Amino acid sequence: MAEAIKIDSVPNYSDLPFYSKQRRMVLHNCGTIDPDSLEEYIANGGYEGLANAITKMTPAEVAAEVKKSGLRGRGGGGFPTGLKWEIAAKSVSDKKYIICNADEGDPGAFMDRSLLEGDPHAILEGMAIGAYAIGADEGYIYCRAEYPLAIARLKKAIAQAEEAGLLGKNIFGTNFSCTLHIKEGAGAFVCGEETALMASIEGRRGMPRPRPPFPAVKGLWDQPSNINNVETFANVSYILRVGADEYLKFGTEKSKGTKVFALTGKINNTGLAEVPMGITMREIIFDIGGGILDNRKFKAVQIGGPSGGCMPESLLDTSIDYDSLIAAGAMMGSGGLVVMDESTCMVDVAKFFLTFTQSESCGKCTPCREGTKRMLEILEKITDGKGEDGDIERLENLAQAIKNGALCALGQTAPNPVLSTLRYFRDEYEAHIKEKRCPAGACTNLLQYNITDACKGCGLCARNCPAKAISGELKSVHKIDQSKCIKCGVCMSKCPFKAIIRK
Amino acid sequence: MSDKAREWEALAKLLAKYRGTKGSVIPVLQQAQAIFGYLPQDVLVEIAEKLEVPISQIYGVVTFYAQFHLEPRGKNIIKSCQGTACHVRGAKAVLAAVRQKLNLPEGKSTTDDLKFTLETVACLGACGLAPVFMVNDETHGRLTPEKVSAILDKYA
Repeated sequence: MAEAIKIDSVPNYSDLPFYSKQRRMVLHNCGTIDPDSLEEYIANGGYEGLANAITKMTPAEVAAEVKKSGLRGRGGGGFPTGLKWEIAAKSVSDKKYIICNADEGDPGAFMDRSLLEGDPHAILEGMAIGAYAIGADEGYIYCRAEYPLAIARLKKAIAQAEEAGLLGKNIFGTNFSCTLHIKEGAGAFVCGEETALMASIEGRRGMPRPRPPFPAVKGLWDQPSNINNVETFANVSYILRVGADEYLKFGTEKSKGTKVFALTGKINNTGLAEVPMGITMREIIFDIGGGILDNRKFKAVQIGGPSGGCMPESLLDTSIDYDSLIAAGAMMGSGGLVVMDESTCMVDVAKFFLTFTQSESCGKCTPCREGTKRMLEILEKITDGKGEDGDIERLENLAQAIKNGALCALGQTAPNPVLSTLRYFRDEYEAHIKEKRCPAGACTNLLQYNITDACKGCGLCARNCPAKAISGELKSVHKIDQSKCIKCGVCMSKCPFKAIIRK
Repeated sequence: MSDKAREWEALAKLLAKYRGTKGSVIPVLQQAQAIFGYLPQDVLVEIAEKLEVPISQIYGVVTFYAQFHLEPRGKNIIKSCQGTACHVRGAKAVLAAVRQKLNLPEGKSTTDDLKFTLETVACLGACGLAPVFMVNDETHGRLTPEKVSAILDKYA
């Protein structure tokens, strides 16, 4: 018979370094309850916040409570949520909409996905609270189509909540009604911008329009509307359940509560980490994240996705809050943290983000449509080894023009990855331009793999080459066909004799 | 009833359901694409007529969003994630291996035998498993270029 499992061999969550520095308020249900069960959500305090709001408070009191909590929009901009609600509440109309932005498009961010899939009722509850505060009776969740499970769970949760009288007509027997619908996105990053999102719900091309008028005055179908992000709504449910005073205990003076970060890249512990605002980047990466993969050297962390920036080692002790990050040339964004090590090329990273924003630019305004294209061309030139003097200055000029002139946040923030890498890793740009060299060994057009005479002809590289680019007789030196080589580096990692070199 | 007739009957039902609903263009296009596999011209014309929306507007929407396709697609859809986390963990090399395996040069997305369509997507939200791709509804994570061939063989 097998030996009995010793109970003390199973650690508590709080004993694991990944969890000990976290403070899971928003994620408290994720992975704990069955997301398909309304009962489990209620048993964990679910819908208490909504009950508090609509049976004990006036709409103005609800907005004031959220304002008092100091909650700022978790979608990126950091606008105070309570204030946003007060503005929407002041708009006079017999029809208003509450909208949840679940178009989580930032590459490297998946906190909204986890919330939608792991705790869908928390989002619905937050939306109903918001609807009550601004005087809306109908709402939309705009969820990207790449998240089919999130959509399925939301649909089920809405049906359950309506059945139980927690959504729909006369909630908790009051005069307050709130109907929620789901709109599936169709694959356009710009639809995360609020005016583009509303155009998409209306069934049009998702292109932003100038503001004002702001959505709070003229939004979906020209009615006053209020848009918040998924994580923001989950915070709202929590705040109304425990009260603003309890919530205020965490965070910094100007950034209250917690933030969920998606920790990815060259790091040992990947996953979601919910931490109090004000923690340092070093604590997140080295204590929670367990340091860099394969004991390599930390180079930078990219925060805020395509709108954000890269922070070098010298900024690791920066407090993480909305304002410190802006000062460091990055931004909170949605909270994606992509850790990079010495093998990541910062010029390539800047090019990567610009490729993304360029292809997602809707084309409506010239600075974004043309400007990002020109910037990308310069970056491609540099990473192809064709950079010339003046390219860096041209990038900086274009960046400034796009920042000042673009219509929406997508364009205004698109140059950030270039500007922040130029600020902290200018030497890498210069190495590409002046020496035609990629210091990280990542830009494939500046690289070539070759087999030296140390080759024993074992054939391991040829067998593993996905491009079938290596040939040679057994026990004789092999050769790489450069026209077939896709520069993946598999051969170099497989060679037991270190006979393959990259230069 | 032929496949084609069945598809058109499903479209007629769909259009009857959404007729007169505001904001119905995108959901109708999504469901029509689920029926036909892509959006042929005659289907777009039918949608425009029944929803009483100009065909120019429908075409504008179809060409704006990455999800809609005007050409027939392969039996298996590969969505290769090129998000940040995948990028720094070697997604480019994985994508190159897929292109090599399926003989799809840059600019070509569907194999001649219509078995595979290769798409790149910005993020699948599975960054913890980077680099990843999805084949149909299955996610394959922690990929390396040499794992690609065996995975794709399962779908061929």
